Amino acid sequence: MTAPLLSIEGVSVDLPTPRGPLRAVDNVDLSLAPGRTLGVVGESGCGKTMLSRAILQLLPKRARLSGRVMFAGRDLASLPAEALRRLRGPELAVVFQDPMTSLNPVLTVGTQIIETLQAHLGMDAAAAAARGAELLAAVGIPAPAQRLRQYPHQLSGGMRQRVAIAIALSCEPKLLIADEPTTALDVTVQAQILDLLAREQQRRHMAMILITHDLGVVAGRTDEVAVMYAGRIVERAPTLKLFARMRMPYTEALLAAIPKLDSPPHTPLPAIAGRPPDPTRPLAGCSFAPRCRYADGRCRAAKPPLADPERAGTLYACWHPLGVSEAASA
Amino acid sequence: MTALLSIEKLTVEYAVGGRILSAVSDVSLEVGRGETLGLVGESGCGKSTLGRAVLQLRRPTGGRVTFDGTELTRLDGEALRLMRRRLQLIFQDPIASLNPRRSIGDIVAEPLVITGVADRGERARRVRDVLLAVGLDADLVMGRLPHEFSGGQCQRICIARALILEPELVICDEPVSALDVSIRAQILNLLEDMKRRYGLTLLFIAHDLAVVKAVSDRIAVMYLGRLCEVGPTEQLFARPAHPYTALLLEAIPVPDPTVKPATNVAAGEPPSPLDPPSGCRFRTRCPRADGMCAAEVPELREIAAGQFAACHHPL
Repeated sequence: MTAPLLSIEGVSVDLPTPRGPLRAVDNVDLSLAPGRTLGVVGESGCGKTMLSRAILQLLPKRARLSGRVMFAGRDLASLPAEALRRLRGPELAVVFQDPMTSLNPVLTVGTQIIETLQAHLGMDAAAAAARGAELLAAVGIPAPAQRLRQYPHQLSGGMRQRVAIAIALSCEPKLLIADEPTTALDVTVQAQILDLLAREQQRRHMAMILITHDLGVVAGRTDEVAVMYAGRIVERAPTLKLFARMRMPYTEALLAAIPKLDSPPHTPLPAIAGRPPDPTRPLAGCSFAPRCRYADGRCRAAKPPLADPERAGTLYACWHPLGVSEAASA
Repeated sequence: MTALLSIEKLTVEYAVGGRILSAVSDVSLEVGRGETLGLVGESGCGKSTLGRAVLQLRRPTGGRVTFDGTELTRLDGEALRLMRRRLQLIFQDPIASLNPRRSIGDIVAEPLVITGVADRGERARRVRDVLLAVGLDADLVMGRLPHEFSGGQCQRICIARALILEPELVICDEPVSALDVSIRAQILNLLEDMKRRYGLTLLFIAHDLAVVKAVSDRIAVMYLGRLCEVGPTEQLFARPAHPYTALLLEAIPVPDPTVKPATNVAAGEPPSPLDPPSGCRFRTRCPRADGMCAAEVPELREIAAGQFAACHHPL
């Protein structure tokens, strides 16, 4: 087993709100080896984006982070701002959901790539411009030299996301965090962008965290999956294992709720009743208990820990895991 | 099946910076009474514009829209307003489509006020009934404001508002795209229930083929303003005839890690609708395209029983 590149230990994020403190991320442990891909799946408000911001040290000012974010042997939470700035780019990079808002609308695409290369790699203008065109070509942008002179609004959504990916890859990061990178894109373009990310990740032996609400997106393109619900990781397993044997009822319900291409029209969908709990009013027991058909008194009284009782590489936080007899799980 | 809605050679054009953008070009479709027709395509393909042109919210530049024997494209003023009671629309963003300053009770009752149901007791009773039908507790919600509700609940409120006049046709424009997976299933099931209960005909517009498949009897696929293919849902999924339909099907991420994602399925992106390719509009991305595709616009032809495709080289 290689030493992890990223190791998150007991990370929690608390945000003050007018209705009281909100725990957006609750005691998350994760680790990621170099060159591997981790999928983080969850619905809106589950804390997946806050978790990625905690890793990047890009949390809102009033947020409080506790726990450690160890990246290549350093605790990012205790690094001074200047050291963090040097880390972002050559070590850590990010691609956000909406490329229109993550690119600067008043600068050309070229200026934005070239400034990254100059700032982080110390290239001169001519070398940076040549490298910029190469990068755009590598992410599948036709006529890259012309595109360098264009502004973001002159490009389609898919092209903009390619530019954002080119900028993120420009300094050869060791870890790329892609936060819903294809959610704003059309389905045929989504497939292309996911292919591009997978190809570049393999070529560069880069680790990647792919954050999404879509189990379909993580299924074919990750080594491991962590499912989040109400700020916690509720199940984590190697991707093949997770889809073959889901332990946590939430994961199973989430998969069942997706309309399937192979079921006939007008098949009623097994919907999950209710909605996630109010994050400013945390529950004593399992957060999913109010919506779970297996829940009983124990689930409402005590939070199940995230553990691997079967020692099979699948962690789950559930008192009544699917397919495990009561005796074995007790 | 008799057609409740019939769209003939519909064209909708916008003037954009001195140029003409043809959002919908020469589209003909029929929706039978009690049927759900799914309309799919990527952003900018004209599917929403088509929905609006049916309601005459956007006046078509050419062609006809006939609803239950009446030509909507010839109506205006009072006659059109009266007709619109029988057609309703549900939008993508449920929160943005509710007035933030009005109570849920007022919002859902408004169509009754507009159509002259003067009796308060009668209005309250009907609001209560329809809220109950969409799965909300009328006593708890009527006095509250939209911001107190989640996206899924707001979509239930929008559905209640659309149904209170007991319309015959409801146009659903991406009704679940803004919702989370677990909530999406609830709303899709609700739409199916409401369709049975109120005997509705649905025009269901969405970009997600799996979502459309779950509710539709027939599916129409659009690309850059033109219709590519129309056919019965299962047949179209099993044997797509138009290469674009096949491409859309291949691009859907399957939640099963043993299914390898198809790679390089979709070279390129849709061209600008301001400058569509000659002939078949899909030809610039189509692996089967040849000279004929550039020269001639393919007509919609019957490929199999009930399945039509506009392609010179169908699969």
